[in-house]
Amino acid sequence: MSVNIRINHAVKRYGDNTIITDLSLNIREGEFFTLLGPSGCGKTTLLRMIAGFNSIEGGDFYFNDTRINDMDPAKRNIGMVFQNYAIFPNMTVEKNVAYGLKNRKLPKEEIRETTDHFLKLMKIEEYRARMPERLSGGQQQRVALARALAITPNVLLMDEPLSNLDAKLRVEMRTVIKEIQNRIGITTVYVTHDQEEAMAVSDRIAVMNLGDIQQIGTPKVLYQRPANLFVATFIGRTNIIDANLKVEAGKALLVLPSGYTVEMANILEEYRYSQKVKVSIRPEELVVDINYRDGIKAVIDDAVFLGLNTHYFVHTENGDKIEIIQESKIDSIIEKGTEIYLHIKEEKINIFDENGQYNLVEGVVNDLDLYTGD
Amino acid sequence: MTAMTKKNKSLDIWKVVSLVVLVSYLLFLIWPLLKLFIQAFFKQGQFTLEQFANFFNQRYYVKSITNSLKVSSLATLLTLVIGIPLAYFYQMYEIRGKGLLQVIIILCSMSAPFIGAYSWIMLLGRSGVITNFIKELTGFVIPDIYGFNGILLVLALQLFPLVFLYVSGALKNIDNSLLEASENMGCTGVKRFLTLIIPLIMPTIIAATLMVFMRAFADFGTPLLIGEGYQTFPVVIYNAYFSETGADRNFGAAVSIIAIVITAVIFLIQRYVNSKFTFTMNAMNSIERKPLTGIKALFINFYCWFVVGLAFLPQVYVIYTSFLKTSGKLFVPGYSLESYRLAFRNLRRAIPNTFSIGLTALIIVIILAIIIAYLVVRRSNFVNRIIDTLSMIPYIIPGSVVGIALVMAFSKKPIVLTGTVAIMVIALVIRRIPYTIRSSVATLQQIPLSIEEAALSLGASKMKAFFGITVPMMANGILSGAIMSWVTIITELSTAIILYNLKTVTLTLAVYTYVSRGNYGIAAAYATILTLTTIISLLLYMFIAKTDEVSF
Repeated sequence: MSVNIRINHAVKRYGDNTIITDLSLNIREGEFFTLLGPSGCGKTTLLRMIAGFNSIEGGDFYFNDTRINDMDPAKRNIGMVFQNYAIFPNMTVEKNVAYGLKNRKLPKEEIRETTDHFLKLMKIEEYRARMPERLSGGQQQRVALARALAITPNVLLMDEPLSNLDAKLRVEMRTVIKEIQNRIGITTVYVTHDQEEAMAVSDRIAVMNLGDIQQIGTPKVLYQRPANLFVATFIGRTNIIDANLKVEAGKALLVLPSGYTVEMANILEEYRYSQKVKVSIRPEELVVDINYRDGIKAVIDDAVFLGLNTHYFVHTENGDKIEIIQESKIDSIIEKGTEIYLHIKEEKINIFDENGQYNLVEGVVNDLDLYTGD
Repeated sequence: MTAMTKKNKSLDIWKVVSLVVLVSYLLFLIWPLLKLFIQAFFKQGQFTLEQFANFFNQRYYVKSITNSLKVSSLATLLTLVIGIPLAYFYQMYEIRGKGLLQVIIILCSMSAPFIGAYSWIMLLGRSGVITNFIKELTGFVIPDIYGFNGILLVLALQLFPLVFLYVSGALKNIDNSLLEASENMGCTGVKRFLTLIIPLIMPTIIAATLMVFMRAFADFGTPLLIGEGYQTFPVVIYNAYFSETGADRNFGAAVSIIAIVITAVIFLIQRYVNSKFTFTMNAMNSIERKPLTGIKALFINFYCWFVVGLAFLPQVYVIYTSFLKTSGKLFVPGYSLESYRLAFRNLRRAIPNTFSIGLTALIIVIILAIIIAYLVVRRSNFVNRIIDTLSMIPYIIPGSVVGIALVMAFSKKPIVLTGTVAIMVIALVIRRIPYTIRSSVATLQQIPLSIEEAALSLGASKMKAFFGITVPMMANGILSGAIMSWVTIITELSTAIILYNLKTVTLTLAVYTYVSRGNYGIAAAYATILTLTTIISLLLYMFIAKTDEVSF
């Protein structure tokens, strides 16, 4: 049975040091939910509060309607996968997987059946008699997952489970994790600092920074309509450019370097006044033009051919460094030192206020706003 | 709600455990030390410094301190000079029979020092085998082994294996690429040894130096047997206690306090220096041993086997003499098992006592150390921090002082323990437990908490998670500490000599008794049994743990 997880006004303190001041969150039943943020942002702390390994200094944590603040970790019915896997090194693969079932004092037959099922599911049946030291990282990961799932937990918690694997295995394992989660349909909370990994596995992502949630949303929303500058820079690559927003005769005009001006049709009504802004333009939202004498003037510093795409690194007249990604063309790559003009795909870019606190563009969805009144 | 009550119950169990441990420390460590203080500073209820004045006013006593410092410093220096090159050669080059060499070195580090002393007396003493041999051959009488020279010889040969074990451990942690880098920059051989390797292992050298110094300074058996006129401080403690016993214990207590102060100072220096010199190394690629050729091969092999052979010689010779025919106290030509027959007849309790007392102490030490390590590492609170501090105290209390303090505390009502097996066990536990706690704490700290958390999240109780998962993971660390504990327990002399009687005599004490009576044949038989016990324990450990690493 899966549950939804509600967190109301959570507080975490270590001595005088407050890590999380006031955090609210609602994780839906059966959802793959990821806490994403730089190291030290409090994501693992929050996960461990859900698991019961960290004390809770304030607020309420609910699994459905059960308040779990004071519940023993052993009673929360949680499956947890740790960063270092925490495989018991003194037990075989099979005994590791069966450990939680034995603690429930289930009949022997049932333990064997369930263990077999999950060994098969995770494709580690052939290693059942092996000791963990003789397993590769990926195999250990599978054991950890099988062990966590075998107890049919209400919630699956994963703390940076892929960070110890090499790049290729990481991609493979995240597919495995996503697939298993889909099949079992268990509410999953996943912690990572790798935004690409988060986008690949999650239904929804909460981007965290300095103990606060910045935005909650689907990978698509976070990438295309980030709520603030932090989310824009943390998710995916982007160029941040200082610019001016001018409102003339009801029209919002964005004045970029070199005087390149675009009309923005999608500025929210309440922000339609002249101000300094920060513009987030992703590398693929720029178009290079060598002929047309309009746009942001720039000079090519370097060009990197990566097959599908070609990356250009350029600097503008006022010294801003900008990265551009273009689909590779059959004709030659633009030479270093070439003077070019950049156009933007104005429907895709995001514009933030001068401090980067909020997005001026329409279409931002932040699920966090749903809970602030709680 | 059931979750809550369960949690509270398990909390209470650990609280009870904490309190039991704390009370034990107060009763068996703090109370005896308090008694010692009272005896030293109070006479007939009056505060007095008379005892201390007595001590410092007599040249004889003060001289014993300087004697001890002198012989310990020199012995320490010698161990470094012998031990560091040995470790370097051992890790850098392919030495012939290096496996056997290491086992012998470990054995040497584990043997009781006073057995070495008494064996050297048989070899180089006034009528020693080598002395007589050289005299007959050349008419030359080699210098006296008794006194300063003898203590120095015995301690240096006894303790350089410790330096070897420390330093070769550190050399193993040097990454080979560091050596290759220095070679690239044109620095090799002796220059590289002095400018790169020595600085890299400096923290270990300092740790080893202080460890060896502490052992040399506290060693009691060696100067007692071979020192003759050269009085060292541990011997003075022993004599002060025994000459004053019954009539006036105050002086013995005062000398004990002085001993504690001296070792505490050394200990504090050790901690200070260690804290200044700590950096960690972890080798991805260990140094590869190079094959040796030519004159270099000859020299290095000779050096290694010669010094190790010299250190091992006393043990071999003791075993040899145990099979010699004796007539009364004299060895006569021919071989026999008479010494063993007498050994089994005379102090027949010695062997069973060694095992029963030693094993009981060992088991208590291990269980207590695991519990205390858990309390200190995983359940840090006020009481457990006090326990942590208390557990360090025995580090700075010399063996004979432990004995004296226990006698003072437990020879009168309400608790009378003197002359019992219990007091022997308590003394050995107190002596050994700080080392085992330290190694258990270190082992436990290396085990990630997430392993226990994984067990908790899978529904195990805290007790079950600890004893079912963490303790088995600590097993190797505990085992390597336990082998050293076991060997130090069965070869312990300085505390036991104050506490034992005929009922509680052990092998070590039996050796000492017969050596001091001049009955070398029977002593050799006991010593052989002791040495064989050590060898078998070590081999058994290496077999079970599948390692040749021993921790101290």
